[in-house]
Amino acid sequence: MTTQELKVQGKKAAQPGDEATKNETYFAPHVDIYETERKVTVVAEMPGVTVEGVDLSLEDNILTIQGHRAPSEQPGRTILEEYETGHYLRRFTVAETIDQEKIAAALVDGVLTVHLPKAVPAQPRKIEVRLG
Amino acid sequence: MPYVHFIDRPTFRNPWAEFERIRKGLDELSRSYFEKGEGQSRANVYPALNIYEEADRLVITAEMPWVKAADLDLSVEGDTLTIQGKRDQRQNESGVSYHRREIESGSFSRAIALPIKVDPEHVSARLANGILTITLMKAAAVAPRQIHVTTE
Repeated sequence: MTTQELKVQGKKAAQPGDEATKNETYFAPHVDIYETERKVTVVAEMPGVTVEGVDLSLEDNILTIQGHRAPSEQPGRTILEEYETGHYLRRFTVAETIDQEKIAAALVDGVLTVHLPKAVPAQPRKIEVRLG
Repeated sequence: MPYVHFIDRPTFRNPWAEFERIRKGLDELSRSYFEKGEGQSRANVYPALNIYEEADRLVITAEMPWVKAADLDLSVEGDTLTIQGKRDQRQNESGVSYHRREIESGSFSRAIALPIKVDPEHVSARLANGILTITLMKAAAVAPRQIHVTTE
């Protein structure tokens, strides 16, 4: 078990591509990205987002992860505000060729996990050179 | 002899209202100087909390993605609320190579002094979509009481 003490990670604002007409805040979610032989997995923290609010797209090798939060009413008067709420947005350039059909995503406990299976398993190719 | 008219002032005027207004204005001013999201470093102890007050209750929210309800331990003692728990969901598969590791695992413990007396018997907490919502009912002594005005 880890004994590391968790710290509050500051939120970084994210900029949507075009200027939005609505004054909404977007944050870049913290992510883990790891790769195995067969797939690339992106894990993004998106607390407050429900399945309906998730928007994923892979276009021209750019993976866009968006999480929209349902507008919630602030209960009562604010006494303490240590974090801001907002939507989530982050883009990545995916170097690998991804099998678009097999992209799968799951949302558990405010964490979005996206599995991006590689299209062709990268097999080492041996080129034999013959001296003639 | 100087004579001050108090009569034209509204009688039930909150003397702090004007200060509150100035403070809010200053808050807004200082916020506009900073990028959004940069003023977040106020809390260093995980989790960052937002506290709201309603007439009869306190609502505390915290963003805790990846924390399981079973790993979370809440307690109220007097007017101190303690939130403890851990987050440890890392993949330990072999043959995994990490490109980015921004999500931290570890344990946390935070104790906060509640600004208002609460009834420890009426505390509820809910963890949904990575957001913890704690509702604490105010103690009967501080909850507002409706007073009926009767006419004769």
